[in-house]
Amino acid sequence: MRIVVQEAPFDFGAECDRFAAGRGDIGAVVTFAGQVRGDGDLEVMEIEHYPGMTERALETIAREAQTRWSLGDVLVIHRYGPLRPGERIMMVATAAPHRRDAFEAAEFLMDYLKSRAPFWKKERGADGESWVAAKDEDEAALGRW
Amino acid sequence: MMDVLYFAWLRERIGLPKERIETQAQTVAELVEELRAREERYALAFSDLAAVRVAVDQELTDFDAPLAGAREVAFFPPMTGG
Repeated sequence: MRIVVQEAPFDFGAECDRFAAGRGDIGAVVTFAGQVRGDGDLEVMEIEHYPGMTERALETIAREAQTRWSLGDVLVIHRYGPLRPGERIMMVATAAPHRRDAFEAAEFLMDYLKSRAPFWKKERGADGESWVAAKDEDEAALGRW
Repeated sequence: MMDVLYFAWLRERIGLPKERIETQAQTVAELVEELRAREERYALAFSDLAAVRVAVDQELTDFDAPLAGAREVAFFPPMTGG
């Protein structure tokens, strides 16, 4: 398991290439990347987090995924700081002997880190700035697990 | 002594990211009452607790949580990661 919280960009291609590479016990790798969508007049998305708790929360979520599915490895990278439309915010990768475990675990990780890892987004544009409100459907998404 | 941390719009409304406070509060709810009574900016920040989440020693919890032995309490809005 690898959990990374950093301000700097990450190399999505290199991370995907390295993840579970050469592992003879792995039959499926699922990767997901989230990037800043330039809705409306958005110029900058500022991501704040809670150093210390963020890493702990992501580890807890990843460990939970490992208990629910048969996984060979889990990777979560999440950035903070100012990001522009088109920039990658985060990625998750899951590796498993079989694809269903890898797909489901990746979705579980995404659903949980959206509303259980301490990140907050602020949008800045020509019309000013505002905090992104949590969506009811994000909380509801946890119900299916 | 306890570190109290604020994030996102709670940090902005209260005007600081972190403070060390002396408190006799037994629960998170009692701490919130103490903070509210301090100044208007705290009262405003904590006016709607449905919009506030709390972590004690970096573990998400609720307002009934006891504070005995706690070193760090953090208040923040619902999280929006991903």
